[in-house]
Amino acid sequence: MTVLSIEDLRLELPGASRPVLAGVDLEVRQGQTVALVGESGSGKSLTSRSVLRLLPPGARAGGAVRVAGEDVLAMPPARLRELRSRQVSMVFQDPRAAINPMLRVGAFLTESLRANLGESKAGARARAVEMLEAVGLTDRVLRQHPHQLSGGMLQRVMIAAALLAGPALLLADEPTTALDVSTQAEIVALLADLRERFGTGLLFVTHDLGLAAAIADHVYVMYAGRIVEHGTAETVFAAPRHPYTSALLEATPSLAQPDRRLHAIPGRPPDLRAELTGCAFAPRCTRATDECHTTVPVGQVACHHPGGTHA
Amino acid sequence: MIGFLARRLLELAGTLAVASFLVFGAVYLAPGRPETFLLGGRGASPQLLAAIRSQYHLDDPFLVQYGRWLGDVLTGRFGESVQYRSSVLGLVGSRLPTTVTLIGMSLVLVLVFGIALGWLGAVRGGAADSGVLVGTSLALGTPSFVAGVVMQSYLAIRLHWFPDQGSGTGFADLLYHLVLPSIALSLYWIGMLARVTRTAMLDVLGQEHVTVARGRGVPERQVLRRHVFRNALGPIVTTAGLIVTGLVISTVLVEAVFTLNGVGAFLEKSVTVKDFPVVQAVALLIVAVFVLVNLVVDLLYPFIDPRVALGAREGDA
Amino acid sequence: MRLYRTCLVFAGALVLIALAAPLLAPHDPNGVDLGAAVSGPSAVHPFGADGSGRDTLSRLLIGSRTALLGPIGVVVFSTVAGAAVGVAAGWRGGWLDTVLSRGSELLLAFPALLVAMLFVALYGPGLLTPVVALSLAYLPYVSRLARGLTVSEKRRPYLDSYRVQGFSGLAICVRHLVPNIAPTVLAQSTVNFGYALLDLAALSYLGLGLPPLTPDWGAMINDGQDAMMQGHFLPAVIPCVAIVLTVVAFNVVGGAWADRISRRAA
Repeated sequence: MTVLSIEDLRLELPGASRPVLAGVDLEVRQGQTVALVGESGSGKSLTSRSVLRLLPPGARAGGAVRVAGEDVLAMPPARLRELRSRQVSMVFQDPRAAINPMLRVGAFLTESLRANLGESKAGARARAVEMLEAVGLTDRVLRQHPHQLSGGMLQRVMIAAALLAGPALLLADEPTTALDVSTQAEIVALLADLRERFGTGLLFVTHDLGLAAAIADHVYVMYAGRIVEHGTAETVFAAPRHPYTSALLEATPSLAQPDRRLHAIPGRPPDLRAELTGCAFAPRCTRATDECHTTVPVGQVACHHPGGTHA
Repeated sequence: MIGFLARRLLELAGTLAVASFLVFGAVYLAPGRPETFLLGGRGASPQLLAAIRSQYHLDDPFLVQYGRWLGDVLTGRFGESVQYRSSVLGLVGSRLPTTVTLIGMSLVLVLVFGIALGWLGAVRGGAADSGVLVGTSLALGTPSFVAGVVMQSYLAIRLHWFPDQGSGTGFADLLYHLVLPSIALSLYWIGMLARVTRTAMLDVLGQEHVTVARGRGVPERQVLRRHVFRNALGPIVTTAGLIVTGLVISTVLVEAVFTLNGVGAFLEKSVTVKDFPVVQAVALLIVAVFVLVNLVVDLLYPFIDPRVALGAREGDA
Repeated sequence: MRLYRTCLVFAGALVLIALAAPLLAPHDPNGVDLGAAVSGPSAVHPFGADGSGRDTLSRLLIGSRTALLGPIGVVVFSTVAGAAVGVAAGWRGGWLDTVLSRGSELLLAFPALLVAMLFVALYGPGLLTPVVALSLAYLPYVSRLARGLTVSEKRRPYLDSYRVQGFSGLAICVRHLVPNIAPTVLAQSTVNFGYALLDLAALSYLGLGLPPLTPDWGAMINDGQDAMMQGHFLPAVIPCVAIVLTVVAFNVVGGAWADRISRRAA
């Protein structure tokens, strides 16, 4: 069953000359882990945020974001709030910025439950304690304030809060980027474990290819507001077909081949003020031809000159 | 907590002691001889002057005089008004209810309307926000006595909706007489609090945790109350503290406009006739209010922002 | 932005009017025209006349001079003295900092209007006494700001490089530090102008400011209140309007300057 289906999602921001998202298609099935990878500014965070309709002020969205068949972009406010509190939740990049510093952890955890599901104070607290144990914390943190916890502990609190209402889909927007390396591994392992345990679909947004390879079943690669390639994790990482995916992999250090030379991608991603004709990657691409500069490529591998075939 | 309170109370006493020294010393150093002040400018025979000098111990050294005066003040004796020939404490005390009621009414108006307007501007934006900005700009250019005179002319004298002066008889009548004065007194501070509230709330509205709360399905009203307003309370409470002192000193003006028989008007008259015992007492009272309000704000702060340790308020640098 | 420009033009016009006031005023501001006492607007007296038959427009125009001069005095005195105290405290640190900072804190416990009233009680009314008193009352606000700026500026490496080159502390202070912190301090002082105008008008309204015969907006309001009781509002309301417009104009201009400087510093 499909929990999330994004169809031709377009997003325009005031002040930008081209759409920030130019027709994104993406699917997450029940219990599946999907990674959305790309450089910063590619639009991967905006894509994940639009699943909760958390759009920047003045943004105009087109296309559809369907959660269990229902278009999030067209929901009336009351239904949207229900969706946010029960069906879809999100873990954010920096837990210290994402959790209100003035509230006790207990108040933060239970507020959505109590406001939307009519849960009693004691009932909400009991569920919060249960979920805290699932993420490896004790009920002691309920009475503490965010500044008394470490970044890793706070991200655990954030995850507990996200899973509290038993959502069908969990969005994780660079959930480990703000943490130190040893904590990162713990959080990733925890997310994978909980996804298994609760059968939640997981959309994992990251710029870290190694992390995506480690956690995901399916991978989407994003560049300048479009999905340029997608497929199962093995095929995309073992036999990348889009030149951007190949270039990204060549720029990523690997433990398996520590002696391999790294190649930085020449140039930089296109500015939002620049209008684009043709393939957005063409100016940085070694395979680019005249066609690439004039016609936008489409398909599972959005390239006019894809590399070797997927297995 | 106890240690902090003890230290702050000690500091408070220190500030008051130095303030009293300044107030007393200023009178001592003033040009002209104290006894002529005490006589309020009236001529007197040398015998009378000598009598006054010995009555007020004016020939003692300065520090002895100050010590005696401070001892009196600490035991509740603020001396005698030169103008009324009666106890300063009684004179001030009988005028206190009018002034305290006036300040109380104004403070309620300031808190209610200042916060509501700031909230409105920050949350609604657009035309409502422009309206709040223009309105608060005007309010911040309107001193209480100007607002008082304008309201007195139209609402009291022309339309007869409210009394134009005096404090009336009885408490209910006092409240009615204080409607215009309290509005005049609060207008400027409403503008200031609305500005601070608006800026503080806009600041919080831009923070990630507000987006996160919305993304978790927390109802918008609760987002604004529990997350945005709650987190903006720090600057609001600090400003409210400043406003109390501002209201206290501005009663001098409003009580003059509406000829109210309060402490503020009493201070003004005493300044005009150089009735120093009264001026000293009221000045000390005002400084004491300032110091006390500051202490209260400091004590409140850790409850408002759990990250701040007791006594380490932000912006003190 | 349009508001800022309007206010800037208004403030500029006001300065010109104040300078040319004796030429512009149609009557002697203290000239008594008993026939016109508490009269409404007429060809002779465009804004009417007050209870003693003095021309309101002329008093308003002449009054603009003290209305601007007083606050300028307060701003200049408090800025110079406050900056000196603040820079000295921040630069030297140690006991000097403790003494000056504690002193400023103590001064903050006295509201400006109270300081002014105490001074007037001691030294009598006039233009200079309230100006000196308010300068003293505003000093801690300036010195606190200047001290904070000095302390953070002192940590920056460029000052060390001057010290290494053998410049004396005082020379570095005057030639490099003061120019760097000046814009922020001056912006705050522009904002203080509005406060000073309000406080001086208040004192003058209470009769604790300028001598009785000097035409001044605050005093005009007080004079006008008698006419008001008889139903003539103009003599009191017109100076009220003048005060509000002037303070709003200077506040908007000063606020915009302060914003611009803080944005440049950020």
